[in-house]
Amino acid sequence: MSANRIRGQVYVLGDNIDTDQIIPAQYLNLVPTIPEEYEKLGSYALCGVLDAPPYVPQGRTKTPYAIIVAGRNFGCGSSREHAPIAIGAAGGRAVVAESYARIFFRNCVATGELYPLETATRLVGEFVTGDEAEIDLDASTITNLRTGAVMALAPLGDARPVIDAGGLFEYARRTGMIASTAHPDVREAVPVNRVVED
Amino acid sequence: MAMTMTEKILARASGKAAVRPGENVWANVDTLMTHDVCGPGTIGIFKREFGAAAKVWDRDKVVIIPDHYIFTADDKCHRNVAILRQFAREQDLPHYYDVGTPRYKGVCHIALAQEGHCRPGEVLFGTDSHTCTAGAFNQFATGIGNTDAAFILGTGKLLVKVPPTMRFVFEGEFPPYLMAKDVILHLIGEIGVDGGTYKAMEFAGEAIERLEMEERMTLCNMVIEGGGKNGIIEADERTFAYVRARTGKSFEAVAPDADAKHVFYKRWDARTIEPTVARPHSPDKRATARSLADVAITRAYIGSCTGGKLTDFASAARVLRGRKVAVQTFLVPATTEIARGIGTETLEGKTLLSIFEEAGCTVSLDASCAACLGGPADTFGRINGPEVCISTTNRNFPGRMGAKEGQIYLASPYTVAASAVRGRITDPREFLA
Ligand code: SF4
Repeated sequence: MSANRIRGQVYVLGDNIDTDQIIPAQYLNLVPTIPEEYEKLGSYALCGVLDAPPYVPQGRTKTPYAIIVAGRNFGCGSSREHAPIAIGAAGGRAVVAESYARIFFRNCVATGELYPLETATRLVGEFVTGDEAEIDLDASTITNLRTGAVMALAPLGDARPVIDAGGLFEYARRTGMIASTAHPDVREAVPVNRVVED
Repeated sequence: MAMTMTEKILARASGKAAVRPGENVWANVDTLMTHDVCGPGTIGIFKREFGAAAKVWDRDKVVIIPDHYIFTADDKCHRNVAILRQFAREQDLPHYYDVGTPRYKGVCHIALAQEGHCRPGEVLFGTDSHTCTAGAFNQFATGIGNTDAAFILGTGKLLVKVPPTMRFVFEGEFPPYLMAKDVILHLIGEIGVDGGTYKAMEFAGEAIERLEMEERMTLCNMVIEGGGKNGIIEADERTFAYVRARTGKSFEAVAPDADAKHVFYKRWDARTIEPTVARPHSPDKRATARSLADVAITRAYIGSCTGGKLTDFASAARVLRGRKVAVQTFLVPATTEIARGIGTETLEGKTLLSIFEEAGCTVSLDASCAACLGGPADTFGRINGPEVCISTTNRNFPGRMGAKEGQIYLASPYTVAASAVRGRITDPREFLA
């Protein structure tokens, strides 16, 4: 999903949005590597959130909101990779939050589904759901196109090239960490490059 | 260089003399665990990335424990277990605990320990956030996603950042009405649900040494609710006795250096901790049980990797013996071994099972995660409406146990049992003289 700019509508959430709200457990019978179930996961993205308009409109599989703006500890709770995948499958491309739960952040990077961007200050009050915004990954900024306000993001650092590549395996292949084609000897190739971890 | 237990394990696993917090190291994995919710996706990625005929890096180091959605009519859940079964067969995996056979165990974190997969000084990754439970056995254990798990399946390694350590010390002895669940809820209330993010949480002190293994597991189990990467406790004779009874494999425990550095350090007098409850909808919404005496409940639940172990049921039985519950009270053991224990363990001449039945509890002996995470609509104990539930589980997020209209209070088995008897939140000291 390599791109410098991400533009789209914003969906605003609060603190501690946990993985049960992102994808409720009753949908964990869906397996993300099965294409139709991947799509289905997208249709349920964030359906467990209390008191918010639906992220994915009823009867649809895609969201009108490419960007989520949230508070602290986004993605806390379980290790279910279904969580970043559901948001990504629905068409979400970036989350801008004050902080992340460790496993969720790592899963965003490993899957390449979503850019988890951090902010030093709380931006929840700078947006309302439906605002148009643009993220500039090179400049590490987000602009509210309704108000014109430009706000700083923490640089993604080592995580960026992994997400740009489309996730851990594609990145590992491109950088020679693992063999470029599936091969049994892959396990002998001890990875040497430093990539991002959590 | 002085190191903590977590640093020592990661140094050994990455072939280094020493590591320091913040360093990224490639750790050799001793055990990878997955289950029916994340296993099929992990297997899908493994095959896509390493090839349909690829073999796992070490058959003896892969453990697959179906446990989440077992006792349900949902077709996809059965399909998912069939994917695990097929994979275990084609890879000839010795540690697959199949549904519907005598090998079936139940909740993975407890089964890992009971089947001898939790060994001091080793590295365990699991596709489940409560993998941190195994820190009770002096193991570095943490949760990962499917993609990382698939990477391990193919390579046996994972890049990990060495976490800094927070040290929590409890002096003296916990009072008899207190359980490890109260202690961890107290701590989470103190540091917040993100207070331990990226960090190792180390528990020490005389009060911790006095805890039996299942109680230590409860403590480490919930470090993830404080955001922690792993929990860890020093191994002692109790640890060795438990582990040696369950595995013949050799292992080497680690002890912390006296001058190891911590990012957080706090001591408590163990006697000062009170029965503690987390209010909806977050595990850090701390309150004492006695301060919530006006909260009426509509049901109670005892189960899960946190509060569904034999010690948890034995504790509940102490409160429930000779009494009746005032609200519907669901009990479900974490594993089949515990299910058997409920039928054989006695208290004053009565089995735990008969105590629960006479108290009017609704008992299922189908060991699994059950309603801890809601699950399919036909799951035992699932919240399907605006219930107010007090539970021995670990998460009270909106919708965690089913319907998002539900409200969940987290508490120890003593407090849950006492509350079930009164129909409102109750400090167990009222029953435990
Ligand atoms: S019992 Fe609950 S917390 Fe434990 S593994 Fe199962 S679903 Fe997760």
